[in-house]
Amino acid sequence: MKILVTAKRVEDPESKIKVKPDGSGIVQEGLKYKINPFDEIGVEEGLRLVAKHQGEVVVVSIGGKEVQEQLRHALAMGAQRAVWVNHTGPLDQLGIAGLLQKVVEKEKPDLVILGKQSIDDDQNQVGQYLAEFLGWGQATFASKVESMESEQEKNKVPAIVVSGDGKSVQVIREVDNGLATVECQLPAVVTTDLRLNQPRYASLPGIMKAKSKPIEELTPATLGVDVTPAIQVLKMSSPPPRKAGIKVADVPTLVEKLHNEAKVV
Amino acid sequence: MPIVLIVAEQQPDGNLRKATLNAITAGQQLAEKAGAELHIALLGKDPSKVADELKGYGAKAVHVGAAPELEHYLAETYAPAIAALAQELKADYVAMASTAQGKDLLPRVAGRLRAAMATDVMAINGSGADITFTRPMWAGNVFAEVKLSTPVKVLSLRATEFSPAAGGQGAAEVKAFSPKVEATKTKFVDFKEVKSARPELTEARVVISGGRGTKGDFKEIEALADDLGAAVGASRAVCDAGWVPNDLQVGQTGKVVAPALYIAAGISGAIQHLAGMKSSKTIVAINKDPEAPIFQVADYGMVADLFKVLPELRAELAKLK
Repeated sequence: MKILVTAKRVEDPESKIKVKPDGSGIVQEGLKYKINPFDEIGVEEGLRLVAKHQGEVVVVSIGGKEVQEQLRHALAMGAQRAVWVNHTGPLDQLGIAGLLQKVVEKEKPDLVILGKQSIDDDQNQVGQYLAEFLGWGQATFASKVESMESEQEKNKVPAIVVSGDGKSVQVIREVDNGLATVECQLPAVVTTDLRLNQPRYASLPGIMKAKSKPIEELTPATLGVDVTPAIQVLKMSSPPPRKAGIKVADVPTLVEKLHNEAKVV
Repeated sequence: MPIVLIVAEQQPDGNLRKATLNAITAGQQLAEKAGAELHIALLGKDPSKVADELKGYGAKAVHVGAAPELEHYLAETYAPAIAALAQELKADYVAMASTAQGKDLLPRVAGRLRAAMATDVMAINGSGADITFTRPMWAGNVFAEVKLSTPVKVLSLRATEFSPAAGGQGAAEVKAFSPKVEATKTKFVDFKEVKSARPELTEARVVISGGRGTKGDFKEIEALADDLGAAVGASRAVCDAGWVPNDLQVGQTGKVVAPALYIAAGISGAIQHLAGMKSSKTIVAINKDPEAPIFQVADYGMVADLFKVLPELRAELAKLK
């Protein structure tokens, strides 16, 4: 089984994001960068599937040379090789999906696993665009029934179930009011939700090995994709702050405030 | 005249998903600003009952596409039908509520229409050809004003930012159309509903959420919720641990709620959680840790043990009745 996974470079989700005074972007100084947490879950699921069914995990990232850090991280987790689409400058989701479509056509994977959204743009679009461009089935928001503390999770059992004949996958999806199960013919696109798995840490031998794993360099030009964005961010601003609240000492005071001041009970 | 097409959503039980009404309000605002006509699309096996319900919201027409293949929602069956309808109507905007279905479906529709899309639109700015949208980025730490430059524009609408549309606004024409049905590579297997007698999290007037501080014991939270007719929510940690169903998660990647009253019990307040509840009208935080970030957004904070506070709160609230 050949699985293509993505590894977008994003700001560390724990970092404090501040908008520049002129609204042209966010303050970059002092920020740390990581692999998008949802993509990391995708890398983990790919590794588990390949551990069970044999094959190869290929990781792809788009960006300047700094995204090689995220590719190396995925390689250290256990991916076999990497594809780097070298591009600096703005990109929108149409452009990203267009580039990934070309990489998929070149690599011909059985399954593409992407994070359902990246924690910077929060758009939640690329997997769906990609499935449509390829004419493939899609299973978004992949999850599983067992908790993150279950035996299955401890034993790194993949939550995406490959059929006996290897021609389809069953995916449990996290949707409103419950869990939906769908079956997709392969090749297919899956996007990950939070509770698909708990990604592994990269081991020291893994990190050493990753240094010699191959990273192939491509560009939008070599892939023949026009990535002129159709989404323009005109201005960024900080959300209006909430007015400062108060601490209350006891429950009667709290209820009195909720009843007479906030008038919500 | 430009056309705004709002896609209505049905719940698995066949009823209209209430967030559709919030999306219709956004559609009305957009139509007014763009000088456009509002149309509504509805798909399903036999959605005639819901179609009638949608007549009174000021739309020019409700387009109903019925086909046996549309019984269970799948992006692969719904997207070609919506995209073909949008092309036939020459729609300029295609939008729906930012529900799980909206997020799954709309980018696939946008892909077919080669349209740019904005997710979780919170406000519509400007007018005519200069319309822009405000949407959250970085877990709501940044509000971005974006402009889409493709001929067709696709939007998912954050329901909590638009009030539900009121009915009784004219009588839209209900028009049947034959939805474009394509062979799919995905099939529906089953849907396991999380049944609850409590109100839907995104629609409740009061939400009581529990975090790691509950240690998985939601009894007091549920009892208070039942007293107040409230919905129960949870932080990510609690859902990850399998203590409560995933469907209850409030946050950047879970549900976004904006109730009149949000009570956070034993929740520290990671930015990802705050992203899902910061717009609530009144926020109460109960946490043993005085440094917990949840206190920064709380109108009323109590540094105390939730297991002591919640029973007392129930008793004190009962006195009001």
